Amino acid sequence: MKEILDKESIDRVIKRIAHELLEKNKGAKDLCLIGIRNRGVCLARRLHESIQDIEHKNIPVGVLDITLYRDDLTLISSQPVVHKTEIDFDITDKHVILVDDVLYTGRTVRAALDALIDLGRPKTIQLAVLIDRGHRELPIRPDYTGKQIPTSKKETIEVRFTESDGKDEVVITGT
Amino acid sequence: MEWTRKDLLGLENLSKEELELVLTTADSFKEVSTREIKKVPALRGKTVVNLFYEPSTRTRVSFEVAAKRLSADVINIAAETSSVKKGETLIDTGRNIQSLKADIIVIRHGCSGAAAVLAKNVGICVVNAGDGWHEHPTQALLDIFTLKEKFGRIKGLRVAIVGDIAHSRVARSNIWGLIKLGAKVTVCAPPLLVPAGIEKMGVCVTGDIDDALCAADAVNVLRMQFERDQHNAFPEQLEYFKKFGITRERLEKAKKRIIVMHPGPINRGIEISSEIADCPQSVILEQVTNGIAVRMAVLFLVSRACERRKSA
Repeated sequence: MKEILDKESIDRVIKRIAHELLEKNKGAKDLCLIGIRNRGVCLARRLHESIQDIEHKNIPVGVLDITLYRDDLTLISSQPVVHKTEIDFDITDKHVILVDDVLYTGRTVRAALDALIDLGRPKTIQLAVLIDRGHRELPIRPDYTGKQIPTSKKETIEVRFTESDGKDEVVITGT
Repeated sequence: MEWTRKDLLGLENLSKEELELVLTTADSFKEVSTREIKKVPALRGKTVVNLFYEPSTRTRVSFEVAAKRLSADVINIAAETSSVKKGETLIDTGRNIQSLKADIIVIRHGCSGAAAVLAKNVGICVVNAGDGWHEHPTQALLDIFTLKEKFGRIKGLRVAIVGDIAHSRVARSNIWGLIKLGAKVTVCAPPLLVPAGIEKMGVCVTGDIDDALCAADAVNVLRMQFERDQHNAFPEQLEYFKKFGITRERLEKAKKRIIVMHPGPINRGIEISSEIADCPQSVILEQVTNGIAVRMAVLFLVSRACERRKSA
């Protein structure tokens, strides 16, 4: 097990991404954050705080559960529990920042894109991830990346947040 | 907790954890029906056959809506207009449906145990939509879901079930589910409509409606199924209303926050007064909405369990 990011590095990365997405979208107008369950939600909330610190604007944050849109439900051995999607604002004509902890094959993001488009017609959908570990199976790329980490498929990246796991860190396990 | 059953035949054999899983899953599915595009692709490419040997509108439509919101294809077979009329047995009908490569059969049948017989003889999923006097699991699940939504819990709730308990699969499924989740259930009916030995299910029995209502958090009012009265056990309609009908006068003596449920169709002026059916405490129409979420959850869970069995 090797630590890739500690608490301070995660904080800095989140602040940097917040600045980047404000720069690219020319402020917080029409911006909203949608986190993919579970760790994407923690990350989206952190980005929300950062944006509030920088621009003093309270942008909406939503929670997306993509279980019903997955293409691999029959392949995984245990059945994931279906959780709620909680997006209580209209995403039509918004700049939606889709947030997840790790970008890997791209299949989760593919499912999330389908789910979002069923909910409305955003002006843009942009992707923010904390870790990009490569091995894409679909033509998907992030707009904002915390850290790129070349991995082998045998390795596992674990992102931990204080809210869900008791501490902030990113570790890599396996060989 | 993982759902491993390919069929949902009743609540009697479900564990507390399984019941809770259905309720949580249904809670997640409820949001789908509030969207502008009320559809998710979870059962895309799956075929659901509604096989109904008894007349039903609301349950069949509810299952159909639930399946369609999951993107499944739905075929409705009503026994009166099918080969059943030509003498085909239930098992043969089931096997034919399986050969059409359908994935789920939702069955309503007049004989208790029909769904179990079908489930044993086909490899595809079977969901019981009511079998004789035995069980009607999705109705009870939606009743329990509605209770949980209203009170935030089931444990410790006092639920009165009023009406024809003897012929009611809804009552039986409700009792199994509610008792397992820790509710206290009282059944109230004319003596001839209380089945012998019902106390063994863990319920209290009373013949006095005021007695049943006084401590209740919720009352589930059953329809008097006069069409099932083969032995003249039923009281006359007006007399039943006088003795057991849910009226404003009776509810005024009950808890202030008591809620009134009914599986429908309601008969105004027989088991429930028109005023009470439309009063703010009545959650009858919310039950209908919740029925869709509960049935979506059930169809999703059995279908996934079946898929995983195939791939294992």
